[in-house]
Amino acid sequence: MTTPPMIECCHVTKSYVRGDQEIPVLQNFNLSVPVGQFLAIMGPSGSGKTTILNLIAGLDRPTDGTIRAAGIEVSQQRETDLARWRARHVGFIFQFYNLIPVLTAAENVELPLLLTPLSKQERAKRVRAALELVGLGDRLHHYPRQLSGGQEQRVGIARAIVGDPTIFLADEPTGNLDRDAAESVMMLLRRLHQELHKTIVMVTHDPRAAEYAQDILHFDKGKEA
Amino acid sequence: MTLATLIVRNVRRQAFRVVLTALGIATIILTFNLIITTVRAWYAGVEASAPNRLITRHAASLSIHLPLSYRDRLAAVNGVTGVTFANWFGGVYRDAKGFFPQFAVDPDSFLDLHPELLVDPDTQQNFLSDRRACLIGRRLADLYGWRVGDAIPLKGTLYPGDWEFVVRGIYRGAEPSVDENWMVIRWDSVNERRRQFDPDRADTVGWYVLRIADPSAAGAVSRAVDDTFANSVAETRTETEQAFQAGFVAMSGSIVRALELLAIVLNGVTLLVLANTLVMAVRERTREWAVLRTLGFERRHLAALITGEALLIAGLGSIAGIAITIPATDLYATLVSTKLGNFFQQLVVYPSTLLLGTLATLITACCAAALPLVTVLRNKVADDLRHIG
Repeated sequence: MTTPPMIECCHVTKSYVRGDQEIPVLQNFNLSVPVGQFLAIMGPSGSGKTTILNLIAGLDRPTDGTIRAAGIEVSQQRETDLARWRARHVGFIFQFYNLIPVLTAAENVELPLLLTPLSKQERAKRVRAALELVGLGDRLHHYPRQLSGGQEQRVGIARAIVGDPTIFLADEPTGNLDRDAAESVMMLLRRLHQELHKTIVMVTHDPRAAEYAQDILHFDKGKEA
Repeated sequence: MTLATLIVRNVRRQAFRVVLTALGIATIILTFNLIITTVRAWYAGVEASAPNRLITRHAASLSIHLPLSYRDRLAAVNGVTGVTFANWFGGVYRDAKGFFPQFAVDPDSFLDLHPELLVDPDTQQNFLSDRRACLIGRRLADLYGWRVGDAIPLKGTLYPGDWEFVVRGIYRGAEPSVDENWMVIRWDSVNERRRQFDPDRADTVGWYVLRIADPSAAGAVSRAVDDTFANSVAETRTETEQAFQAGFVAMSGSIVRALELLAIVLNGVTLLVLANTLVMAVRERTREWAVLRTLGFERRHLAALITGEALLIAGLGSIAGIAITIPATDLYATLVSTKLGNFFQQLVVYPSTLLLGTLATLITACCAAALPLVTVLRNKVADDLRHIG
């Protein structure tokens, strides 16, 4: 008996309507990501890479087709159910880090845990562990403005891993970083994949970042290139 | 950390804007409280009415007097346990501005039926033994600086001529709502003079005050009284003291209603002030709401965050508003008494007024949060993640 894929997109089409124009972004897109795979999706700007991540995370809905991820039919869920599913199964890493500026590094990492029944002490323990894993154990009480870009992104990764999700979705995680910081972030993602066997889908246009992935999918104009 | 931590931090982001908004709300609450205080002062006479007293007056008009001979017949009506009467004297002290209520009363029965006017036995005895005596309320005495023994000259209007009364006592109200601006003079001395100069109108009274044994029987006793004098020369109209007082408030009903409407409009202003601040604050954080939703925060969490922010700002404004209401009301009362004398018996802020103002503001805050909340929830997360603001 074969294990079902962690993520499966079948005949997915996505188009946006701007005024009276329909703009196709994805056309009959198919994807299967096995459990524990680290997949990089590469392509130029506007090719529909981020749309794929948004659809997998349930942040947007396909115009047609089905998407299954971490055991549910994502495209068929209600908003509230999707939010609960994301809290449990999805760790999202953003290009611009998207930390809350009025919260410290530890508080930013703690945010997803507020949705769990964990005690304050248990949350603090996990936050510290996550920040130590990304090498920021000594920056717990620093605000985002007191951190470098690379450190901010590592806090973003700590926030994504703290809830121990099933899938990691990374949207241009190195897009805003210098080479050294980018390398350190990619090393972290590789560790998540190799040591914790997490399923990762990363969108990037940086070939150096893509090299860290197990597989690379080239993408252009809404289709696999 | 809790959601409350995030609410407090979000409010502190734009501290200056929040302070200005809270001050705006505080000013609105102050105005709201002053309006409600004024309206309540208008109704103070109604609130002070005794439930066991009825007023019997001429059926046609209060300005037409009733015969003194009705007193014994009223006392004989079943359910009536005491009768007194009063006339409106209507004298002027110094000039037209020196106006205050003056009643010519039967001293013994009047004090018996109005136990809320507190006078000591010696004062009561002095009032009973001197036909030129008058009793005055504490606030009236304070307004003009009158003391026991002072002579008060009045120029008569309904009872023409120059009059002089000697202060024989100063009464206090048993409750804050009791009017302490009255001057009570003796009906017999007024009537005696009227016998000399206007004999046709002598031996008449403006209205009777009846004490009844059972307040719940007020309707039946009122009907019995009016039936007693039906088809007579002077038919009567009997009602509870509360209804009688409310009739006076109704004469200025438009002003009171306008004030009440203004109080409601003020809540609308709070809504706009707060909604404006919230809409700006929430729009500035469009991407952050999207991030929270990506992390798994549900609609109810966002509702709690945005409503909590509205409530916190409104709460700060309420606290500031309440803090300035009490000293400002004292100032307001002083200004009003400078212009209107003791027109209002009491301009006092009741705790219930503060509670009403605060509750209205907090409910308005929840409404103000609705607009930005609906906007955030209607937006697509994917679109908001791309927001640059």
